[in-house]
Amino acid sequence: MTAGMAQSQGWVTRYFKAFCKGFFVAVPVAVTFLDRVACVARVEGASMQPSLNPGGSQSSDVVLLNHWKVRKFEVQRGDIVSLVSPKNPEQKIIKRVIALEGDIVKTIGHKNRYVKVPRGHIWVEGDHHGHSFDSNSFGPVSLGLLHAHATHILWPPERWQKLESVLPPERLPVQSEKESLHGSP
Amino acid sequence: MFFPGSLATTLKIECIVEQTYGPWWQSLHRTMLRGILGKTFRLVGYTIQYACIAHCAFEYVGGVVMCSGPSMEPTIQNSDIVCAENLSRHFYGIQRGDIVIAKSPSDPKSNICKRVIGLEGDKILTSRPSDFFKSHNYVPTGHVWLEGDNLQNSTDSRYYGPVPYGLIRGRIFFKKSCS
Repeated sequence: MTAGMAQSQGWVTRYFKAFCKGFFVAVPVAVTFLDRVACVARVEGASMQPSLNPGGSQSSDVVLLNHWKVRKFEVQRGDIVSLVSPKNPEQKIIKRVIALEGDIVKTIGHKNRYVKVPRGHIWVEGDHHGHSFDSNSFGPVSLGLLHAHATHILWPPERWQKLESVLPPERLPVQSEKESLHGSP
Repeated sequence: MFFPGSLATTLKIECIVEQTYGPWWQSLHRTMLRGILGKTFRLVGYTIQYACIAHCAFEYVGGVVMCSGPSMEPTIQNSDIVCAENLSRHFYGIQRGDIVIAKSPSDPKSNICKRVIGLEGDKILTSRPSDFFKSHNYVPTGHVWLEGDNLQNSTDSRYYGPVPYGLIRGRIFFKKSCS
């Protein structure tokens, strides 16, 4: 009887040790992956219509957020990026990059008509002008707030697509210092 | 060594060696290869595991940082070692008077170390003491006002404006005093 009990206790201890070992390996690796490589997120709101959430509140798009691409804070004009909201640090917002540092943008609804984007900052706008809380409200945002680059729509399945980094021609910067890495028009 | 390095001659030598030494050579080859490959995979696995644990520790708990620059003298001297914790940032417990580490607003790859003078909604005096007309600024929502202790030699919010809360990395709570 005692041999049997010792055997079952040994089994429990071994299982517990294996669980702890697995836990301390799996949790940090998973957390690091979700923080540094990629994660998914549901988009809410209408500020990026028609690119994201064209159906409004009925069906929210789920996008793949790629952290790895922005680890060196390199973004291009036209990229759809997620960033920490400058007005509310608990919230992440998803917008399109319109201008990089050194560009002069013509604003829509900002207190200044023309704004030069300072060093280390970017100008972001939602595609749905007028329904978007973006740089036209809070000005240029620091690149340090950049969270991830949204590359694909994963859900719903009929909207499965790669998000293109395209800048609407009417939103091109008035003057740009940095050359975009994509081919020039 | 004896022959010019052509593949055919190399293979021919290997065949001769195998025929001469036979199974002994093959088993040595196999175990050496498997041993080295296995060790490499284990090393890579451990490296990834410890790198992930280090990332989680620095991101969510805290770490040791070396500060450089004169902007926080006399509180923190150049090349001082300080300990920073990141829990206050995640739980929004940063207070006025805390010394924080934040990403620089003009260069996201470098960090700055300043004191929090004002939180959102505070009224900050932005004119110099020598100015006759005092000017005030209100810190906008979601931002903080940072100033270095060494006011003469510090580029801080007086230069680049209020800093968004999302740029704060951690709060310094301990300085290793080296005398």
